[in-house]
Amino acid sequence: MGFKILKKEELIPGQTSLFVIDAPQIAKKAMPGNFVIIRIDENGERIPLTIADKDREAGTITIVFLVVGKSTAQLNMLQEGDDILDVCGPLGKATHIEKQGTVICVGGGTGIAAMHHIAKGHWEAGNHVVALIGARTENLLLFRCELNGFCPEVMVATDDGSVGHKGFVTEVLKDRLERDSNVTEVVAIGPVPMMEAVAKVTEPFGVKTTVSLNSIMVDGIGMCGACRCSVDGKTKFACVDGPEFDGHKVDFSELKARLWQFKEQEDESMGKFKKECTCHGK
Amino acid sequence: MENKPRKPADIGPRIPMPEQPADERVRNFSEVTLGFTLDQAVEEAERCLQCKKPLCQKGCPVEIDIKSFIAKLVDKDVSGAYEVIRKTNSLPAVCGRVCPQESQCEGMCILGKKNEPVAIGRLERYIADAFMASDACEEITGTHECALVREDLQVACIGAGPASLTVAGYLASKGIKVTLFEGLHEPGGVLIYGIPEFRLPKSIVGREVNALKDLGVEIRTNWVGGKTITIQDLQDDGYDAIFIGVGAGLPRFLNIPGDNLVGVFSANEYLTRVNLGRAYDFPNYDTPTFKANDVVVIGGGNVAMDAARTAKRMGAERVSIVYRRTQDEMPARLEELHHAIEEAIEIRALCGPLAFNPGESGRLETMTVQKMCLGEPDDSGRRSPVCIEGETEEIPCDMAVVAVGTRPNPILLEATPDLELNKWGYIAADPETGETSMENVFAGGDIVTGAATVISAMGAGRRAAQEIAKRLL
Repeated sequence: MGFKILKKEELIPGQTSLFVIDAPQIAKKAMPGNFVIIRIDENGERIPLTIADKDREAGTITIVFLVVGKSTAQLNMLQEGDDILDVCGPLGKATHIEKQGTVICVGGGTGIAAMHHIAKGHWEAGNHVVALIGARTENLLLFRCELNGFCPEVMVATDDGSVGHKGFVTEVLKDRLERDSNVTEVVAIGPVPMMEAVAKVTEPFGVKTTVSLNSIMVDGIGMCGACRCSVDGKTKFACVDGPEFDGHKVDFSELKARLWQFKEQEDESMGKFKKECTCHGK
Repeated sequence: MENKPRKPADIGPRIPMPEQPADERVRNFSEVTLGFTLDQAVEEAERCLQCKKPLCQKGCPVEIDIKSFIAKLVDKDVSGAYEVIRKTNSLPAVCGRVCPQESQCEGMCILGKKNEPVAIGRLERYIADAFMASDACEEITGTHECALVREDLQVACIGAGPASLTVAGYLASKGIKVTLFEGLHEPGGVLIYGIPEFRLPKSIVGREVNALKDLGVEIRTNWVGGKTITIQDLQDDGYDAIFIGVGAGLPRFLNIPGDNLVGVFSANEYLTRVNLGRAYDFPNYDTPTFKANDVVVIGGGNVAMDAARTAKRMGAERVSIVYRRTQDEMPARLEELHHAIEEAIEIRALCGPLAFNPGESGRLETMTVQKMCLGEPDDSGRRSPVCIEGETEEIPCDMAVVAVGTRPNPILLEATPDLELNKWGYIAADPETGETSMENVFAGGDIVTGAATVISAMGAGRRAAQEIAKRLL
């Protein structure tokens, strides 16, 4: 018995996909900020993926993932109708959402998907939500339409200037914070360097900044401490204390070191997978 | 002559347990101890004096009628012996392997005063392994018929470790429908993610779990109590009683510089990767761990022994155990400590951790320890370790595994504000019945006591199950 993939959408072919998964019990409980742990098959590892959306009535959750290693490459080969053996959740603390004013939700790369769920939560709570998304180039910008659907403002930055501001999201953010003193919170989800840069930009403005950490996890339910990180000098577990923390207090260099700890093994696993997977690269 | 009671002085030494030679077994994950043959088991059973007032049974947390099962074994009535054990213990093959017998049944055995006690644990294991039930129902109930499941009565257990499995076994044998909600992808709890294959083969746990399934026990994996389902949900779904057996939870770290360096693991993480994730067979299994040459394990309990012996099997050249007191104070099961020493694991006693130090790569390179000596006895009567000023040592290591215990896992507790906690932050439960501050909600095992043994969790599960059965039937 597994969890059926009801819909697959290749957002960026070979790189990023969206799955809508039949998981009624998880859909019933999922809140913005939550994640699931999945295991593809009997030999699989447990990997955390943020819930990008849920449909309680349909009993589904949506995940969006970037192919970064063997497990995500294998996941990307699954098709509609296939099963994922284990999906466990919703895990982690939900995003703290209250009516507060203007919230800027910054998303980078695949992080835009997870950010979208949180932005929606802030919008439903009655906040003025400004979405700020960035990618290398226009066709890599995920969830732009979805965000346009409810956000009164969607700002875009691309490295090549194909759409929106040419450059980084942090530049757009800084400009906005200089002009707009009503911003009560900035939420940033994306690659670690982006979240770190966002926290650096917002700090002088004294704006509350929330980041979501994509630490390595094993169980995801507090048992192992693989996901531990330093926040304000104290050790926290991203899976039960987070995954969202005060961006001004996170030790990002420790986080980066811990994210790379299995690089050698990940490369070995990927190498083996590529060799054995006949359909790859065709 | 036959009826004349034997005296302890007449009894010979224990029958040695066959095991894999140390130099061979450190290269595999197969079980270390191989188990008795029938003749060996009977010979060991014959050492039992059949005391009029046996103390061994008092030493057993689930009060197995040890004297009777040994008498049956002497008569080579293995299935009769199994039935006796099964009356009070639903996981005998597990307990025979992992119980700290020296501080329980065997610790009370009268033979142990001047001689070696009867090897009760090894006999229990022999009986459980040898009894080939014709079907699972027989294995559990001792009869060829399974108890009818009373669908009108249902009990939910949160967690599927030793405590919940015991609750399930007991209630199912009374005909009550039990559903286990397990957060991980496999049932068994610490028996699966924690205790390594070479000490407790997963096939043994699997067999015991399957026997429960055959009795009508339902197991749902990937259901996290407090997240996927709450106590309130279970009550709304009509469960007549709920048992919480979610285990101890969050690993403790040392709170010293370098705690979060790459290369420092909790024992839970290291063992979960290797056991549950089968990292010993990476890359055939996807869960990785790194290959380390110099491993330091911090702690003196069973978990520390498991981690050290696992590291050895994963190919580490040198493995040492760092402990603040001396070998005599180590809480580990005696057999595990002996096995570890046989496997060339160095015991660095009287060393207190001071810091983990990174090398140029930023990864763990050495660990600094403070040399200690034993001072005056503390309140518990144990001599407490005292620092020897100025004496420190730097131990080279590319992996450190911290096995110094756990603290309460907050997931279920935060989701259930009505649940009263004790002063240590674990669930407050009636010691007799296991009932919590919520009516018909019971708890037992490590989430009540803090990290303890498999058998004490099973004892708590049994007491709670007896109370639940009394209320429902």
